[in-house]
Amino acid sequence: MKPWEALRLAADALRANRLRSLLTMVGVIIGVAAVVVLVAIGGGAKAEVENEVEGLGSNIVFIVPGKFQFGTTPSLSPLRLSDVQVAARIAGSTQDVTAVVDSGENVTAGQNSFFATVQGVTQNFDVVFNRPLAEGSYLTSADVTTSARVVVLGANVASTLFPNEDPVGRTTAIDGVSFRVVGVAQAQGSAFGVTQDSNVDIPITEAQLLFGINTVQSIEVKAQNPDQIGALSTDLVSALQSEYTGVQFSAVTQSQILGTIGKILSLLTLVLAAIAGISLLVGGVGVSNIMLVGVRERTREIGLRKALGARQRDVVLQFLVEAVTLTAVGGVIGIGLGVGTSAAVGAFSPLPTNIAWWSPALAFGVSVFVGVLFGVVPARRAGRLDPVAALRTD
Amino acid sequence: MSTDTQAPPTYAIEAVDVRRSYAMDGMQVEALRGITLGIAEGEYVAVTGPSGSGKSTLMHLLGALDRPSSGRLLIGGQDTTSLDDAGLARVRGSEIGFVFQSFQLLARTDAQDNVALPLVYRGVGRTERRQRAVAALEAVGLGHRLSHRPTQLSGGEQQRVAIARALVGEPRLVLADEPTGNLDSANGHEVLNVLEQLNRERGVAVVLVTHDADVAARANRLIRMRDGLVVADEIQRRQESRGEQEVQGRRTPQLARTPQGGRTPQGGRETDGGQEAQHGQVLAIRSPAPSPSPSPSPTPSRSPAPTPSPSSDVPDIPGQPR
Repeated sequence: MKPWEALRLAADALRANRLRSLLTMVGVIIGVAAVVVLVAIGGGAKAEVENEVEGLGSNIVFIVPGKFQFGTTPSLSPLRLSDVQVAARIAGSTQDVTAVVDSGENVTAGQNSFFATVQGVTQNFDVVFNRPLAEGSYLTSADVTTSARVVVLGANVASTLFPNEDPVGRTTAIDGVSFRVVGVAQAQGSAFGVTQDSNVDIPITEAQLLFGINTVQSIEVKAQNPDQIGALSTDLVSALQSEYTGVQFSAVTQSQILGTIGKILSLLTLVLAAIAGISLLVGGVGVSNIMLVGVRERTREIGLRKALGARQRDVVLQFLVEAVTLTAVGGVIGIGLGVGTSAAVGAFSPLPTNIAWWSPALAFGVSVFVGVLFGVVPARRAGRLDPVAALRTD
Repeated sequence: MSTDTQAPPTYAIEAVDVRRSYAMDGMQVEALRGITLGIAEGEYVAVTGPSGSGKSTLMHLLGALDRPSSGRLLIGGQDTTSLDDAGLARVRGSEIGFVFQSFQLLARTDAQDNVALPLVYRGVGRTERRQRAVAALEAVGLGHRLSHRPTQLSGGEQQRVAIARALVGEPRLVLADEPTGNLDSANGHEVLNVLEQLNRERGVAVVLVTHDADVAARANRLIRMRDGLVVADEIQRRQESRGEQEVQGRRTPQLARTPQGGRTPQGGRETDGGQEAQHGQVLAIRSPAPSPSPSPSPTPSRSPAPTPSPSSDVPDIPGQPR
């Protein structure tokens, strides 16, 4: 029997039992759709985080205390604001160095309130991180030295606190302390549910007063070009370690962050896909079960086909193709459902989704494989039927 | 097909000391206990016998659906003993056509595709398959029922579809297992007429298993079985009430053959030609047990030493010591 004859037979058999075929496919459909959706969510998360990290600015070296590792609590920072000067000396430019302390605080203006990430920064923060302003001006070096109570609002903060007016020149309260708005940052957009648009920047000196600390959390240095990042990192760490004996510092680069996050999210995606894959396997067992029922039901047909000249392999091929057709059609429907659901999730929920080209292809391949895997047993049983006994069956 | 030729007959199918036993509840049951017979090309044979006599088992063996426990089976001169399952399937598909009591048509499939089914397994393309199916259906008088499904056809029509399916592959031999068993007598007659017409016109050998004496009486040769043995193998004048049958003189040369010594063509000469027997008269009676019981109705089943007597171990060569 030619393979396409088997395909035609399979199509006829599945059409003859439309409802049963569809119900049998449901397991595969759900399994494949789940794989596609979860991989899309995992992929979306990864893409967004990478985007976010890239959005931090390229060529930036983050100096943080302790050994940089995801999952460990940040060490208490011994860094002082004066270390910015140390870093600037090594980097050869004060322009390219900044320091940050931050904390979540309530920012209010009149009746309006916004829970923002309040960042204490130096006047070069906008240059280092490339944050253009929509209006007004950024913090100045004088603001930092005098601990001026001035603030640059992120786009979301500005639109929430001052919905109908120009915020520049207005007054907001952070933690009950009044600040004058000097500028509004351009909207950066959301990344993985976190956005720079919900930040407000104040002079780092004023932030230290506000938060009651005298250290800074990290120092950021922008390298002139990517080639310098390695040397710059080493120099910065050794300079700081010689200053603070016994304290470890880490220079974290963007590629490190990307690599670590990428690894974590790939693992996460894999776990999600594997969980979804289990439901695909369960769907496969359902296919196997129904195929076995079908073989029993069609025992006489199989006997007849053998009497008419069908070889064992013709019968095996017929039932195997039927099982594979079942799972492949289920796979295609599942991919459609999965892609649609992913798009809906991306559009209507905060979860970003990103359908990698390979995930539908993989899901389809797996569903075909599941058809073969779970079709072999029923098909071989059909093929081995003794035609005499099969024809006698009622 | 020319008649009265002197050439040795060619067998559509030949069984040589075929035995078949089954294990049933731990007991060996011998369904066939040594059958030797040949069915010539174009022959029309009825096999009868009580239930359990082994006629279904014999049918399955002749149709290559089953293998003998011992003995040889030659289909179209080819020994099937050494064939694997695929080889047997090929033989079934090309040499044998089956007609079953319960028709065995695919319910969801129309007449044309039901008839075309055997050709699928011979790699015939769809277009040619359907053309040949149309021709076969026309041959059984169902050219106007191509796209009817089995449920839309009468029992007689369904069986004619099955006959068309049996014939579409142009087999040497059609095996019909109680083909009229599920039909009333009018439809049964119609089906037998179609089978006989195809046997006559196409020279296809037909082996008919039946309980029905009237059906059996229509065949040219009657094989009676009991307890796994052939107890009688007779050439008979066809008991055909319809006057148009003119076949008698034509086929007897091949028919008159001993079941045991069937490979010796001269074995049946004396029954050839010229008989003007009346309806239903037995022209030749062959005992399967050559020497001990020359009577037409031997009872070999419980006889002492059953093994050698009906088998071909001892062909009836004159003078051979027993």
